[in-house]
Amino acid sequence: MLATIGVDSVDELFEQVPGALRLDRPLALPEGMSEADVYERLAALAARNADAEEQVCFVGAGMYDHYVPAIVDAIAQRSEFLTPYTPYQPEISQGGLQVMFEFQTAMSELTALPVSNAGLYEGPSSVASAGYLAMAATGRRRFVVSRGLHPHSRETLATYAVGYGAEVVEVGLSDGATDADELAQAVDGETAAVFLQSPNFLGAIERVEALGAAAKEHGALLVVACDPMTLGVLKPPGEQGADIALGEGQPLGNRLDFGGPSFGFFCASEELIRRMPGRIAGETDDVDGRRGFVLALQTREQHIRREKATHNICTAQALNALAAMVHLAWLGRAGYRELGELLVRRTAYARERLRSVEGIELLHGAPVARELAIRVEAPADRVLERCAERGIAAGYPLGRDYPEHEDGLLVAITERRTKAQIDELTEVLATAITAEAGDFLGHMPSKSPKGVS
Amino acid sequence: MKVQDEAVLTIYERSKKGRRAAVLPSAEVPETPLEELIPAELLREEPPRLPEVSEPEIVRHYNRLSRRNFDLDTGFYPLGSCTMKHNPRLNERVAALPGHARLHPAQDPKRAQGALELMWGLQESLAEICGLPHVSLQPSAGSHGELAGLLLTRAFHADRGEERSKVLAPDTSHGTNPASVTMAGYEAVKVATNERGGVEMDDLRAKIDADPGDVACLMLTNPNTLGLFDENIAEIAALIHEAGGTLYYDGANLNAVMGHSRPGDMGFDIVHVNLHKSFSQPHGGGGPGAGPIAVSERIEPFLPRPQIVRREGGNGSGPYFDLDLERPKSIGRLRGFQGNFGVFVRSYAYILSLGADGLAEASETAVLNANYLKARLAEGRAGERLPVAFDRHCMHEFVLSGKPMKKELGLATLDLAKRLLDFGFHPPTVYFPLLVDEALMIEPTETETKESLDAFAEAIEWILAEAEEDPEVAKQAPYTTPVRRLDEVKATRKPVVRQPLDG
Repeated sequence: MLATIGVDSVDELFEQVPGALRLDRPLALPEGMSEADVYERLAALAARNADAEEQVCFVGAGMYDHYVPAIVDAIAQRSEFLTPYTPYQPEISQGGLQVMFEFQTAMSELTALPVSNAGLYEGPSSVASAGYLAMAATGRRRFVVSRGLHPHSRETLATYAVGYGAEVVEVGLSDGATDADELAQAVDGETAAVFLQSPNFLGAIERVEALGAAAKEHGALLVVACDPMTLGVLKPPGEQGADIALGEGQPLGNRLDFGGPSFGFFCASEELIRRMPGRIAGETDDVDGRRGFVLALQTREQHIRREKATHNICTAQALNALAAMVHLAWLGRAGYRELGELLVRRTAYARERLRSVEGIELLHGAPVARELAIRVEAPADRVLERCAERGIAAGYPLGRDYPEHEDGLLVAITERRTKAQIDELTEVLATAITAEAGDFLGHMPSKSPKGVS
Repeated sequence: MKVQDEAVLTIYERSKKGRRAAVLPSAEVPETPLEELIPAELLREEPPRLPEVSEPEIVRHYNRLSRRNFDLDTGFYPLGSCTMKHNPRLNERVAALPGHARLHPAQDPKRAQGALELMWGLQESLAEICGLPHVSLQPSAGSHGELAGLLLTRAFHADRGEERSKVLAPDTSHGTNPASVTMAGYEAVKVATNERGGVEMDDLRAKIDADPGDVACLMLTNPNTLGLFDENIAEIAALIHEAGGTLYYDGANLNAVMGHSRPGDMGFDIVHVNLHKSFSQPHGGGGPGAGPIAVSERIEPFLPRPQIVRREGGNGSGPYFDLDLERPKSIGRLRGFQGNFGVFVRSYAYILSLGADGLAEASETAVLNANYLKARLAEGRAGERLPVAFDRHCMHEFVLSGKPMKKELGLATLDLAKRLLDFGFHPPTVYFPLLVDEALMIEPTETETKESLDAFAEAIEWILAEAEEDPEVAKQAPYTTPVRRLDEVKATRKPVVRQPLDG
């Protein structure tokens, strides 16, 4: 090979790198390892994590311990889906492009909005992308954001907004849901978009349509973040006036993976199609009239439009969106709704059980679907620690993001959380609270025991 | 049946009322009517029209679709700037371990020590490879890293009481660069390329001198998208730093220099690394990837939060790994939780497998393979019809121009690319970089054998010979693929982006 090139050594090829910039030592990294050794090393690291097989996981906060059917792994691990690049050559990428098209159809059905892209990175950055779109679409630079929007989404939106020069105004919650009066006052003629989440971070189902009226009145876009596992039972954003519906896609066919990779979904009204971020597959024909699929509307994208692109995204999360599509096909029309119903009923059961415990109160009275917020009358971190020692990840400590809810816990339900586990959670939390209250508070105000309804 | 004769049906068109795959757990709790739990006006009336299909039908449907894809595990994929190297299956296995795959991202750090140690180890490795002291793993892909880098630049200048509005990038840069510049609220300014394929220094000086105090950053890929190392990089760095700007390294081409040259040593302040390129995360048909950034000391205070930190244990206990959220100067979060952890597992497994020598050898072989293929394509018909755009040794990729081919044979680069499909090759990146007429950008990577490079060169030769006889053959290609050339104009003019459904 060297002779064909006409050099004596590979070193000669590196001579274009100026000598002063050539590393004159090996990288300070360990020697390479055998496959078996690498496996053992990483398995040993994995063993130091308390995963959802070791602990019963009631933690949600945007990512949930759903069951991923075996068929999802089997299909997503096929070389033909796992190892191609983005489908720039459609003639040899029909499989991936058709999956995108089917995925777009599914997300459009879920959200009841006509247009979906093929997926973005994940939930919070999708929220920030909606901000960028809204700014371009309205020519305005002000966002009104509910405090019920995921704290990571609010923070990501704020991070991006510094770049493209927009202001973020937050609206508070009242009994768990967005304060309608405060929202109506906050929205004005300079507002590009109103951001809501339903169910919101505290689990409350928002009255999106009523809240959205303020956005409509002032010509701002209504952006609704939603949980794709609840849309079989909850009224979809598209039927409540949303211009954009988006969210974290992880619950659909994707593992927890300590936070990623998952995907973000992004759906919009027809008018916004040419402002959408990310890839969009479209149907067309080949020269012989055969049905086929291509990347449509590429003139929005960075590789064509460069500084005038609607977004900078290139590599996204195609394989994760495929996993979602397979999961949704497996659930099917009936199964998807049944799963939603199951979540609502088990969550209602958990809410009743937990509120009966002395030392626990509901944090709000708003309706919930799959996650609920409680207040514990003992230091929340210590209560969680006691539960963890008994093998239960009892919830997400709201104090991490909401200083006003230092004593708050967010408890998430999936189809993996059985009635027996919910009963166990109730018992373990009760014991933990009693112990903590005894240890640290001396005495608790007495509260008469309530029955389970 | 030939794949071309198969009916193209979507999963929705295979749907039959009442069929299903999923068996769900029973409710186990009272089956209260939903209206008693949630106000009726907040409930959905009709469920979404998802397909109704059995599990065997789902398997067949997606297996059939998979056969309509070409993939790296099947054949040569010399897509320039994309680094389509082999994806070791070990990495899939370790990523799927329950301790990784079923770990909740909000887990208390003390019960996620393995994951945090892995992330810290990856950070340290990338810092060493890039020659910069600090790393954030958070960005989800290269373009996300670019946006992060520009927001860091903005925060860095704001902290010094400066406001700058321009970001320079060569005319050879990836499209994501200028798109990120706009998203970050800057104005993109193009810098010309010289006759050696590097940055045109006079133009760079002119663009800086116009208003040095207004230059926020220069974004550069090195080796650049022509596959050439910019010999003037030290001087470029000096000019930008003198003007008070930051120097950003687009790490898409890092595969050329691992263990040989480090962006930090070249003077870069911020580097993004595409883990789905140099570090073997499979591309997945368009992701997932990850785009960690490595930065210099002066940029560190502004890194996204949370950061992964290692705290030394006291009293003989081991180190403790934690998420640091207390970062007062941080630009904030760029996404939810801690990043694409599953990608980190795969890339860390890759780095452990190869080690210091292995990474350096990977880059050597990538450069050797590219130069060998370039030399092969300088022979025969390819040498005449497809001259290399800049005739010097390349790094890990190179760019040919199809201009003579188009003029002499009437064959556009697109036609050559489409004809290659009939030979079982993925074509190179075409029509990029923009400054080369009829460009073909070829990156073979280190995981290809000499035989596969030879076969590719022979296919090009064969196609050119065929075109001398009858150019129409290539102009109508491909013939053997599941579909032939597709009407992309129609798909954009009258977009059909979802399956219409009734009932």
